[in-house]
Amino acid sequence: MTKDKDRFLNIILVSPSIVAVLIFVYGFIAWSVRVSLSKWKGLNPDYTWNSINNYIGLFNDPRFAVDVKNTLIFTGVFVLGSLLLGFFLAVMLDQGLRGEGFFRSLFLFPMAISYIVTGVVWRWLMNPAMGSRMSGFNLLFTNLGLDSLVNAWHTTPQWGMAAIALAAIWQMSGYTMALYLAGLRAIPQELKEAARIDGASEAQIYRHIMIPLLAPVTLSALIILGHMSLKVFDLIVAIAGKQLQLDVPAIYMWQATFDGLFYGRGAAIGIILLLSVAILIIPYIRYTLRTEAQQ
Amino acid sequence: MNKKLFYLLSALMIVSLALASCAPAATEAPAATEAPATEAPAATEAPAAADQVEVFSWWTGGGEAAGLEAMIKVFNATDPNIEFINAAVAGGAGTNARAVLATRLQAGDPPDSWQGHAGQELIGTYVAAGQIEPLNDLYASEGWLDVMPETLIPLISQDGNIYSVPVNIHRANVLWYNPGLLEANGVAVPSTMDEWFAAMDTLQAAGVQPLALGEQWTKMHLFETVLLGTLGPDAYNGLWDGSTDWGSAEVKTALENYAKVLSYANSDSASLTWQDASQLVVNGEAAFNVMGDWAAGYFIELGKTANTDYGWAATPGANGIFQFLSDSFVLAVGAPHRDAALEWLKVAGSKEGQEAFNPVKGSICARTDCDKSLFGEYLQSAMDDWSSNTVVGSLTHGVVANDSWKTEIDTALGLFLASGDVAAFQASLVAACASSGPCK
Repeated sequence: MTKDKDRFLNIILVSPSIVAVLIFVYGFIAWSVRVSLSKWKGLNPDYTWNSINNYIGLFNDPRFAVDVKNTLIFTGVFVLGSLLLGFFLAVMLDQGLRGEGFFRSLFLFPMAISYIVTGVVWRWLMNPAMGSRMSGFNLLFTNLGLDSLVNAWHTTPQWGMAAIALAAIWQMSGYTMALYLAGLRAIPQELKEAARIDGASEAQIYRHIMIPLLAPVTLSALIILGHMSLKVFDLIVAIAGKQLQLDVPAIYMWQATFDGLFYGRGAAIGIILLLSVAILIIPYIRYTLRTEAQQ
Repeated sequence: MNKKLFYLLSALMIVSLALASCAPAATEAPAATEAPATEAPAATEAPAAADQVEVFSWWTGGGEAAGLEAMIKVFNATDPNIEFINAAVAGGAGTNARAVLATRLQAGDPPDSWQGHAGQELIGTYVAAGQIEPLNDLYASEGWLDVMPETLIPLISQDGNIYSVPVNIHRANVLWYNPGLLEANGVAVPSTMDEWFAAMDTLQAAGVQPLALGEQWTKMHLFETVLLGTLGPDAYNGLWDGSTDWGSAEVKTALENYAKVLSYANSDSASLTWQDASQLVVNGEAAFNVMGDWAAGYFIELGKTANTDYGWAATPGANGIFQFLSDSFVLAVGAPHRDAALEWLKVAGSKEGQEAFNPVKGSICARTDCDKSLFGEYLQSAMDDWSSNTVVGSLTHGVVANDSWKTEIDTALGLFLASGDVAAFQASLVAACASSGPCK
């Protein structure tokens, strides 16, 4: 009897947020889908049915092809770089060195900075000017006699996105480190000791025990970093402004909608972004929910 | 029992609060679908009290905000009974402000008057949506047709209706140069495209950086001046009304010229702002830079002297042609305070208003009868040109193409910068004119 009453009360108490989420999240997703299927161009809403022509247009759009290519480069470099660097830092910190707390905070701090600040700093560091106006990394390399490392950074044709990913790696590898460090600490010492008694080398311990046991952490990190890189926007705008060479879907969505008044096209880009993030996130959420239910 | 009542009451309160807070959001969405402004007849919505006027702009800093303040002072002196509400929204070049304005207009809550680049940026967006009123009567009663250049009026009109009051004028087609570098290398200031190429070849051979260039929008700015310099004013104007074919051989020549001009530019252009690029010229690190005449204000700020640290000319091939851009104010359809808004527009177009605004902002008056002694050396020469030259409009700064078309051209240009493929560039310009411009 009391249990039923509690249940009723619970539903009443969460209903405001359920209603708000229904309207402001799912309602607007539905509305965006509708706009993406319309001919809306210009200031006044126009819901004339346009079928999937906005989507077809995007797949034939050379600019959207550039966006997809850039996103793939960014995601590849950023996710792989953050995972490798984060894992390396975590293993180093796990060796029980002195001042661990200090280094842990040091590596985590970049995460506390906004992408805009990171972008402004890295814009200066990655200044591609040559000759007398050289500065940032390029000047450092020249002074150290490492002239072969001097390069055009984010203004490099085709691969400029990889330079932007460097800034993102700097920002997020500390966070990946924290994930891995927690994972490493959760592995019982007995496993390592048993392996050592069996004569396994340190490299073998990592290869056959630690890394497999860290697989769930790697998966979480992959999902978190992956969906961040699909949505990247502010970092690129802060480093490079609005330049097509470094265009990604989020920037195209913004320019198409607010600069060009192509509301239908902008909504279509938004829905494609949503779907690509959902493909990454939904299996992960189902996986975590299932493992939690099992526990 | 008491406890139960308490729970019930608090739950009721939460639900009603939630409903109350959801209500405006729920009604707002359908309101946006009704396209409010198109049907609203302005005259019937005459305001109850005409004692205030709300003016929307993105002038929140620097010379622009100071200029607006100066003009508001003039307005307060002429119309002491009307309260001026300055609804300025901060954000680079108006990106934020325009998004806010779009939201207000879609919700049927227009400000009385707002700022916008004169020409198609206003006409293509707001006239097409039925949100601003023609101002022909105001032009007639205030005699503005006599004091503004004849070639300006068609550029700010659509179907014979004039839609905005320009308060200032900037020139886009200015070639800035370093007089010392040109002299040292025996190069004269070029007046045609061929002379310019020859000059830049000489400079390059002498190890001087011929051209300073910045990020993507400055490349579009350069693009419009090369189009103008290659095609001449009539064919250039024809690009925007559909009478010049974007697929023609002349346009192809212009695009090839543009590709050639780009080859003289600095390699790090993508990472430079317009200030960085212009500064290279006054610092003697590059010989030429094409930038609007707001660069003059920047050079003065840097403490540089006209004609010794920097010189200027019309961009090659465009002598006697003034490629302009202008900030202007409009009258909203359904303005809550229509009479007061008209009073504001009268001040914005008046000699007193423009003389207060422009020396502070670093631009010249749209009127040709302003007092020259109020302005600096560069601006005085621009005033002479403004009253005597042929006037054509700028693409980058919103005069000749609507926003959709301009965005398509920007995309085509960006793809060209990466690929260098002139034929593909021309094909996408033809497609852009067909999809968002007047071409069929």
